[in-house]
Order: sequence, then C-alpha cells, then structure tokens
Amino acid sequence: MSAAILTPDQQEFQEYARRWLAENAPPTPSERLPITPLEVMTVGQRDYLQGWQRKCYDAGLVGADYPVEYGGRGHEGFQRIANMEMSRANVPFLINVVGLNMAAPTILVHGTDAQKRKFIPGCLSGEDIWCQGFSEPGAGSDMANQQTRAVRDGDDWIVNGHKVWTSLGHFAKWMILITRTSKGHKYDGLTYFLAPIEGHEGVTVRPLVKITGESGFNEVFFEDARVPDAYRLDEVGKGWAVAMTTLTYERGAAESAGGGGGERVHPTQRLIDLARDTWRDGERASDDPVTRDAIVQRAIVAEGLKQNGRRARVEALCDHPMRLPLQQKLTSSEFVQHNTRLGVEIAGARSTLYKLDERAPEEGYWPLAYMNSYGHTIAAGTSEIQRNILGERVLGMPKSK
Amino acid sequence: MSKKDSAPKNFGFGEDEAMLRDLARRFLDERLPIETLRRLVAEAPEPVYDQGQRSRWDEGLWKEIVELGWTGLAVDEAEGGAGISLAGIAGVVEEAGRHALPSPLVATLGASLVLREAGTEAAQRVLSQIAAGSTASLAITGERGAWEASEPALEARAEGDEVVLDGSAYFVQDAFKADVMVASARLGEAVALFAVPADAQGVTLDADHIHDLTRDQATVRFEDVRVGSEAFVSKDGLGALERAWPGLLVLVTADLCGSSEWQLQTTVEYARQRTQFDRQIGFFQAVKHPLVDAMVEIDRAKSLLYHAACEFDRGSEDAEKAARMAKSAASDAGAFISDRSVQLHGGIGFTWECDVHLFFKRSLHNQALLGDGVHQRKKLANTLIGPIGA
Repeated sequence: MSAAILTPDQQEFQEYARRWLAENAPPTPSERLPITPLEVMTVGQRDYLQGWQRKCYDAGLVGADYPVEYGGRGHEGFQRIANMEMSRANVPFLINVVGLNMAAPTILVHGTDAQKRKFIPGCLSGEDIWCQGFSEPGAGSDMANQQTRAVRDGDDWIVNGHKVWTSLGHFAKWMILITRTSKGHKYDGLTYFLAPIEGHEGVTVRPLVKITGESGFNEVFFEDARVPDAYRLDEVGKGWAVAMTTLTYERGAAESAGGGGGERVHPTQRLIDLARDTWRDGERASDDPVTRDAIVQRAIVAEGLKQNGRRARVEALCDHPMRLPLQQKLTSSEFVQHNTRLGVEIAGARSTLYKLDERAPEEGYWPLAYMNSYGHTIAAGTSEIQRNILGERVLGMPKSK
Repeated sequence: MSKKDSAPKNFGFGEDEAMLRDLARRFLDERLPIETLRRLVAEAPEPVYDQGQRSRWDEGLWKEIVELGWTGLAVDEAEGGAGISLAGIAGVVEEAGRHALPSPLVATLGASLVLREAGTEAAQRVLSQIAAGSTASLAITGERGAWEASEPALEARAEGDEVVLDGSAYFVQDAFKADVMVASARLGEAVALFAVPADAQGVTLDADHIHDLTRDQATVRFEDVRVGSEAFVSKDGLGALERAWPGLLVLVTADLCGSSEWQLQTTVEYARQRTQFDRQIGFFQAVKHPLVDAMVEIDRAKSLLYHAACEFDRGSEDAEKAARMAKSAASDAGAFISDRSVQLHGGIGFTWECDVHLFFKRSLHNQALLGDGVHQRKKLANTLIGPIGA
C-alpha cells in the first residue's frame, strides 16, 4: 500500500495509534491462537480476543469512522490508518469479523435509526459476536436458492430452516440471516433479518468439523424460532439487495481488514526463511533453482497485488472502473492458497507433522494454513463464481447460468 | 522517513501523462487501424519468410510521429527533448504495443535512456539529434544473446585521437531504421559506449530472418570503424547500461502490456460473437475463465509496469527489482494470452487471415527480449534470497 497523504489530524492519529499499540500490546495468550478469527474454537481463545477487541475499541482504534451516536468516533479516514497500524504492530486479530466487516456496514446502509443504535455499538466493541446465515445445504454458489422460510405471525416472523458453514456461530449472539418470505420470485422473495442466536428458543447450533480437524464453524437449525419484525433489515422482499451490500463489504474486507493480524511477516520472506531452514539432498532448499523460481514467482504476485491496490486508485490507468476491485477476492484468496501450498512443498518431510508435534515447522502452520485456504476460495462466492462475475461484468461475456 | 514514503500515489502518472497517452491512442487508432497494419506487413507471408525481405513499415507515419515529438520523450529539455518521465513514456509505448506499431520508437527510446545515463557532452550531442528526429538503437549484445551488459558486443582500441571498433553486435532491434548505433565495446579493462552513425565507413547490417512482422532485427558488423571523440559517449559504459537497464526493461514491458491487452480484448470480442451449440462461446466457462485469468495476469503486469517506471523515475534503489518483476509478469502474461488468443479463435486463429498472429509474434519476440520470465526471476532470486550456496 502506498503511503497516503495524511491530513494533520490523521497524522496525529497515526502517531497516537502507533504509540498506543506499542504500549498496550497484549500479553501472550495462555492458549495458542488460531490463524484467523474463523478458527476460534475455545472459550479461552474467545475471552482473550474479545478482551483485546474491547481494549482497542475503548482506545478508539475500532469504529473510528462510525458516527458517534452509533458507538463510533465520527472521524473520516481514520479506520484505514488504525488497521494498518494494528497490522504493523503484529497484535492479535479482532475476533468479531462478521460484526465488523459485514453486519455493521450493512446495518449502517439499510437499518433504521433504532436498529443502528441497538446493534452497531456491540459489533464495534466486540461484545456482541455475530455470525452469517447465508449459506444453506442447497444454496452455496446459487445463493438465491434460499429454502429457510420466514412466515409473518403478528409482530414476529416464524423461521424454519437449516444454515451451514456458520463461522463463529457457537459464540454468536446475533446472525445476519437471509430467509425466503415468498415462493413466487427467486430474488424478490427474500428478506433479511438480524436474528437472535445465543440461547434463543428454536435455534440449535451444532459444530461442523473442517478438513483440518478444527471446528470454528457450525450448522444452525431454526425450528419455529421467533424473530421480531423490528429486527427485519430493510423491506420485505429486499433481502437480495441487502445481501449484495453485505457481500460487497465481505469481499472488500480482505483488503480493508477490520483489524490487525493478517500475515505477521511478509509471506514471501516467510517462505524464504522456511527454505533456508529445510534440507534436502544435502543442500538447503533455498539453493534449489526450481524452489527459488517458485518463491520469486510468489514474490512477484505479492508485489503485483500491492501495486494493483495502488493502481486501482489511479483512474487514468484503469480502463474499466470495476476491473481491479472485482479481482480482489479471487486474487487474494488464491494468493494465500498458492503460497501456503508452496510452503508445504518446501517443508518436505516436515510438512507431514501436525501442530502438536514439536518438530513441525512454525507450529504446523503450512499444512494447516494450506487446508484452511480453501475456506477463502470457497466462501463468499467461490473462485469459479468470481471468474464468472469478472467474465460477465468486466469482459462482457454472456452469463453462465 | 525512508525514501519509499515519497513514492507518488499515482506512480507519477498525472494529467499530462494521461493526455499524452490518450493522444497516442487516438492518433494510432486513426492512423494504424488493424486493417492498415495488415495491408502494411501481412499481405502475404512469402516476401518476408521465403524471400528474406524485411517487413515493411510506414515511413510517412513515422515522420508524423517524429513531429509529435515521440523520439524526444526520453531526452531532457536542455537537449531539446520533452523530458517526460518514464511513467509517461510507458503510457505511449503501451499504445505502440496495442497497435503493434512497426517503428524504431522503442529502440530510440532505449538508446536515449542509455545516453542520458552516460551523461557526457558527447552523449548530450546525440540526444539533441534524437530530439530533432534522429533514430537510434542499442548495439550491445554479443552473439550468445545473453542479455548481459557486462558482455560487450565489440572490441575497441585507441589509435592516436581515434578509436577503432571491430566485431559484431547481435540482435540489434530495428537496426535498419536506426540512424545511430549506440554500441558497447571492450576498451582495455573497461566497457565503453560509442555512438556510431549507421552509415559510417565499415558498418554493415546483416538482416536477421525473424518471425515478428512488426520490426526488423540485424547483426551489425563493425570492420575497422574509426570514430573520433565526438562518438566516445562513455568510458564507464557498464555503469550507464546498468543504470539504464531497468528503464530498458520497462519499455519492453510496456510494449508487452499493450499487445497483451489487444489480444485479450480481441479474443473476448470473438467469444462474444462466435456461436456454437446455439450459444456465444463466451458462455462456456472453459472459454470464459481462462480469459479472466489472462486479464488478471495482464493487470498484474500493468500494475508492476507503472510501479517499475515510477521507481526508475525517482532513482530508487529498488528500480531494478521492480523492473525485473514487471518484465517477468509481462512476459508470462504475454505468453498466456498469446496461447489463449490462438486457441480460443479456433480454426481461424490458426490461419494467416486472422490478425492474432501479428500480435502473437510481436509478443513472442518481446517475451525473449532482454530476458524472459525465468531469466528475470533467476536474477531476482539472487537479490531476494541471496546467491546459491551463500
């Protein structure tokens, strides 16, 4: 990311954030933290991360650009600075990713004043953990094929259905939920709710186990669960449009990241360090020309992504305004996948070791990160769907459906 | 504050650079549409491929380009040039690539960058000629085509006030269009640079038989060529070449980005028009998705291109790294969209009558020029990872 030209206020804030983070970096957690918020499994991890988000929020590093009346600080252009500083300082990530990157911005666009006052502060402070109820067994890439029904009953809606791949569902107080309220129209028959989850009657959260053996995501069953009409976001039948708002923020979140964390060291440097530390055939892997070429290829893609971000803001160098922004989700998720796959290759024999084995390089990071990378190439619109979107919206080819 | 913090957000590509690029695009759209290019260089394969003729170019169009001042883009204002940043020049060269313009433009700009880095009075005199419309090319490559500045093309020896040049420079780009050869020669322990008129006594050109129909290439032979001090451009030719090298890579990268974009847009257009099984073939994901992947690769190359140009313009120590990354990405993107542009056009794409072959060959030539992706990455590995066995 290029150094932005900061206003005096922003510069002062940057210095403040840097100082605060240096002075308030949290102690090492007693339990090892997962790589991303989507793998938070234990109550201990949750409490630690929730405490950290609260501290950042109180310090003004979260919600900096949200209006004061909704729990923010009412600034402009401060959040990006805070995010960069958190990332720079290598502090833990913010746990409430769905609340920060999806629920809060969507509520800010589509919510009533009362909804904004009720829901946004808890998203920012991390007190209310959120999850996302979009995917269903029969509604993955074809997201509009929603089968979870919501039927009006007085001041409530009665919800029945089955949501899957619900990250953080086991800790969530709330869910952003898409339901079918009319069978007549595929897209116009959808309605969006802010649904209570934790301890709510008729809602069952059951953990799903990922290919890594880790949990962290769930399936959620709704059996005659009541959701007040006051928690409906935007109009009945407008659910698809609201969901598109959420997805725009979700897909952009990879770049704008709601907090610190991310890659702790530049990913290519990490691969170089691994290669220097790995022996094969009597030589270091970092001396193998083929491995060297593969690592440099990754370095070029990394630099390319960074410079794409810079060029996206230079209108004169972008023939089509959406051409670079719409690539972001595809390229960043595949970037991580290819990097971690290469890490597994380089680690060689030691890539076989699970994280509990003390000889596993970097606590078993490479194979776990590689397997987890499929979460990102599948979630929020698979890479195949992203290629359809790019081929259709940017290159103007006919729709593949 | 480190130097990095002063990198301009817009790569130094502002309103003036955009205007220059847009002007170049409009000019070439009008003066060199694809039908005109086809008539110029590809009426039939026999003259070039069987009879060994050089491919044609439009000297009238070139006169107009000289009047537009493009030869002087990389010449400082003090020498009568426009002194445009490399980022601005990249915009123009992208358009030259997008239109597969047969011309000595890239060769002349490259020679100008080297002369500018040489910085001597002799170099400045040649730059003034270039700004006034002369053309030039670099004669710096040995027979092995190793793309190393440290392997000079010629041998030089001092004789009184004169220097005598002997030997051959290989793979000289658009040599038959160049008025001046900027040649590297071993002089004692050093690599020196000389600017020699192409029509000087003892200089002969042997045309290479090449695939690309949008340029010429030659072996330039120097036999007992005597030059005076006015031709002695640099004693430290290696330094000048090494400083200019990232700029040379940027020029070829820009040409590749432009030609790749033409190949992408033309193939997309075909996928939208061609119907099979009652559908436009762009409907099929086996067609659509590779074109998206090509777009992603081209965008990566283009972003790296302007980053590299910007690093060069501000004299960053990362200029070489950025340029090698850009050339690697652009060579690979060029190879991929070239491959898909022929394949996805199907049977017609395999024929002479489909224009994709013009860009396929120009791209293939540029992919190899100054080193392909593998070569650039090998050099980068030595910087990023360290030398093997270190």
